[in-house]
Amino acid sequence: MIRVSVQAEPFDAAAEIAALSGVGAAVGGLGCFIGLVRADDRPGEPPLAALVLEHYPGMSESMLREVAEQACARFPLLGCTVIHRFGRLPLGEPIVLVLAASRHRQAALDATGFLIDWLKTGAPFWKREERTDGSSRWVEARPADDHAAARWKD
Amino acid sequence: MGSVHLLYFAWLREQLGRSEERLDLPPEVDRVDRLLRWLRQRDPALDSLAGSGRAIRVAVNQRFARDGDPVRAGDEVALFPPVTGG
Repeated sequence: MIRVSVQAEPFDAAAEIAALSGVGAAVGGLGCFIGLVRADDRPGEPPLAALVLEHYPGMSESMLREVAEQACARFPLLGCTVIHRFGRLPLGEPIVLVLAASRHRQAALDATGFLIDWLKTGAPFWKREERTDGSSRWVEARPADDHAAARWKD
Repeated sequence: MGSVHLLYFAWLREQLGRSEERLDLPPEVDRVDRLLRWLRQRDPALDSLAGSGRAIRVAVNQRFARDGDPVRAGDEVALFPPVTGG
């Protein structure tokens, strides 16, 4: 079972875990990653107030689905869930949820890492930082994210 | 040759002051790299953004595209910065 969603509203992680756990009695482990808006204070700059996430409607959903299908092809999964939010997300708000269910822990944990690394570099979302003084700027892509995704290449 | 539907995202959209437009392509503009060159020639704002050293990515019909990939009438072509989701 693959479930992907691109949405403005919050997700219910407990309900998503329950739904994925329920795909079958064979599920023995479930990996979970939740990305949050963290305080990202820089010297001399006002504190971060929120991230504003923009996406490419249509392509964002299809790329999340593609990355989820890749995870299912690569790891022995019984299902996975990928939910990515957009819009203005204040400090502490959840941004992304990744769940992967398998018979055993290793595949579930590895697939969770694979999914989050790939969606950071392969899904069309953009973050803009909003500071408490009202100033804002677009987040630059990080080479470290490309490296994290590249380690899954065969 | 017919038109392409162009979309712009993130700082590219903000700097250009528009999120989309439809343009009729000359027949020789049939690949991603030729499209970018043509767009830069006709739009000084896009030219200076593309020349500023900040990377611009392209998707054709909602798939990431490279320089040599074809562009045809009726395509949806998106220009945007490297992605920063997750």
